[in-house]
Formats: sequence, structure tokens, C-alpha cells
Amino acid sequence: MARIIGGIATSHVPALGGAIAKGLQKDPYWAPFFDGFGKAHAWLAEKKPDAIVMFYNDHGLNFFLDKMPTFAIGAAPEYHNADEGWGLPVVKPFKGDPKLSWAIIEGTVEDEFDITTCQEMLVDHALTVPMQLLWPDGTTIPIVPIAINTVQYPLPSAQRCFKLGQSVAKAIKAYDADLDVLMMATGGLSHQLDGERAGFINKDYDLKFLDQLIDCPEEICKLDNRTLVELTGTQGVELLMWLAMRAALGDRVERIHQNYHIPISNTAACLLVTEPVNAQARRPVLELV
Amino acid sequence: MADPHDFHDIPGTSLFDSRLAMKGYALNKMCFSFNEAENRAAFLADEEAYMARFHLTVDQKDAVRQRDVLGMLAAGGNVYYLAKLAGILGLNVQDLGAMQTGMTLEDFKEMLLEAGR
Repeated sequence: MARIIGGIATSHVPALGGAIAKGLQKDPYWAPFFDGFGKAHAWLAEKKPDAIVMFYNDHGLNFFLDKMPTFAIGAAPEYHNADEGWGLPVVKPFKGDPKLSWAIIEGTVEDEFDITTCQEMLVDHALTVPMQLLWPDGTTIPIVPIAINTVQYPLPSAQRCFKLGQSVAKAIKAYDADLDVLMMATGGLSHQLDGERAGFINKDYDLKFLDQLIDCPEEICKLDNRTLVELTGTQGVELLMWLAMRAALGDRVERIHQNYHIPISNTAACLLVTEPVNAQARRPVLELV
Repeated sequence: MADPHDFHDIPGTSLFDSRLAMKGYALNKMCFSFNEAENRAAFLADEEAYMARFHLTVDQKDAVRQRDVLGMLAAGGNVYYLAKLAGILGLNVQDLGAMQTGMTLEDFKEMLLEAGR
């Protein structure tokens, strides 16, 4: 059976892709964020995941308002990037794992999620930038992208995204293959691009969110999306991806590495590496009964 | 307690709900077309003809002509699509932030730095 070995969440600011293209990783403006990835690279080198399941949000490359799915799961053999209109270089395609994709689709639909399935799916900076950050030399690890709508309201609730993450994890763990699966989430943390409140960043809430995400994500699930926008900005609501990833990691997780930095472009940027805690090893014997 | 479906009381913030999604459809569809280089070139060659092709409303056209970001948002523009238009005009999200807040670019960047202190 497949196993979930950990979760990595990172911001996906497009300007990071521009900085990578220009080789600015050591530049004083960018270094505080890029330098945080050394520990993630070391962790990945040790864990060697066989597959990636990534929660991300499309920004108008694959989906438009003509058809806007709430939850869409890629089931393609290959995922292509394309011109997003504002100058990021197009990166090489990423390998898919259609069998794993369909196992997740079948499992989540059985759990009453109404999934849009995509045998072709263009992937934008929200997928490509995190992949470049974590595998600067590229990777052939296959990926299953899961897109959550953050463009058009109503968005799915925090609680619903959490339940989706749980259902995805259940499907992965029931998948009959010897695979170590890495969960990923991209987006956030607090930022707002539009309106007179553009430039809004909320460090206090972000830090509280990061702690709650580890220890008591159910507290975040109580918040409605209006409150999340008030606390984190119109685009900060991308933290819904982080919540879905967190749910997939199980009851208890350990924070392996965290790097929070303000600002990257207009965003409070963050990298978080987590591992599920082996309950049998950590909990007192009595609780095992 | 605030109505979870009412987003309009967060200062300086409008949420892209059904009302704006319907109102802004033409403008957003035009901006979505800018994913392709030839469409960006066609817009630059003749803005008026390009806007007419996508049936933009009077308010949408005026906002585009005046490079008025808040006007585009009020006319139903969604920032994810508007960003593609901004790219054509050589503006990044910090330029957009300065334009929307009425700050200078330097002051806007300083505000972002301050948020991290």
C-alpha cells in the first residue's frame, strides 16, 4: 500500500519564477526566502518520494469563468506549462501518474466529493514555481495536481478543504502500490493584490495559523472564508491548500522546518516541511488499545 | 455577527462573487485571451478594436483606457485576469498596489517591508 511520508507547503509568488529565471537566488532581496530551501532539499534527498500529490490553485491558465470547477484533479500522463501572459518563461512538462490520479478520483467521489477530472491540464506558476524551488535541477517524480477554486466565490469552506485532504489521504493509503507519497500545498500566506487594501499582510495571524496548522487545524476549519479574507487578504485565502495538505497528514504532525519571510513581492512568503507523527511510536501504550 | 456571505464590509476589499463574475465577464474574457502572444500584440496594435471584439461595457472600456485598476475591479474585473493586462502594460503587482492605494511605489514597497518588522 502507498504511504504518505510528509508534507511540504510553500508560497508560489510568480516573481519567484522570475528570480529563478534571472538567477537571483543569492540576491539580498530574494536570499532570505531561497536560503530556506536548503533544509527542504536535504529532507527530500533523505526521503526520496516516489510520487507527489499537490493542492494548488489555478490563476487563469487552465480554467476560465466559463467553467470553474471547485475541485479538479489531473489525470494526465504529462502536465504542460504555458504562457501566462506576463513574461514568465515556460518550463518543461511534468510527469503524471494517471493510475494514482484515478485512484484518488475514485476514492474522493466515493466519499461524495464531486470532482472534475482533467486528462489534459495546463499547470501555471502555482505548480511550476514550487517544483522549481524544491527541485532546482528538475525532477521526474510523477505528480497528481489537485486544483481548488480560489478565483470565483463561493469558494469551498476551510472545513470542506480539510475533508477533501482526508479523503485524498484515504485513497492514497488504499492504493495498492509500494509508493512513498509526498503531499504538497502551494499559495499564501497573507497577501492581497486587489482593492484599496492591496499590500495587506498580517504577520501575527500567519504565525498563529502556522502553529494551529500543526497542532489544532480544527480551529482554522471553524473560520468561514469571509473571515479568512479579512485575516489574510483576498489571496491569502490560498491557505485553504495548506489546510487540505495538513488534513492528508493525519492526526499528529511534526514541524521539520519552517521559513517565514516578509515580503516577497506583495506576499508574506513561507516554506513549511512537516512529517506525520507515527502514533504508535509516540503515544503512551494505553492509548493504543 | 457578520453574515458569512457578505464580504462587502471588509474595507478596501471586494470579493469576486456571482455579482462581479457576471458583470465582469467580457473584461475578464478579454484578459484571459492575453495568455496568447498574438492576442497581446493585437491589443497593443488597436486597443479599441480589441475591446470591441470582446464586447466590453462602456465602464470597462473607460477603465482600461484610463489604466484605472480600481475602475476595472468595480466593472467586474478579477485580479487574476487583470494581471495579464497589467503585464502588457509593463506593470507588476507592486505597481498595481501603488496605483490602487494612491501611494508612491517607494512608499508601497516600504509598507510591505514594514509589515515584516
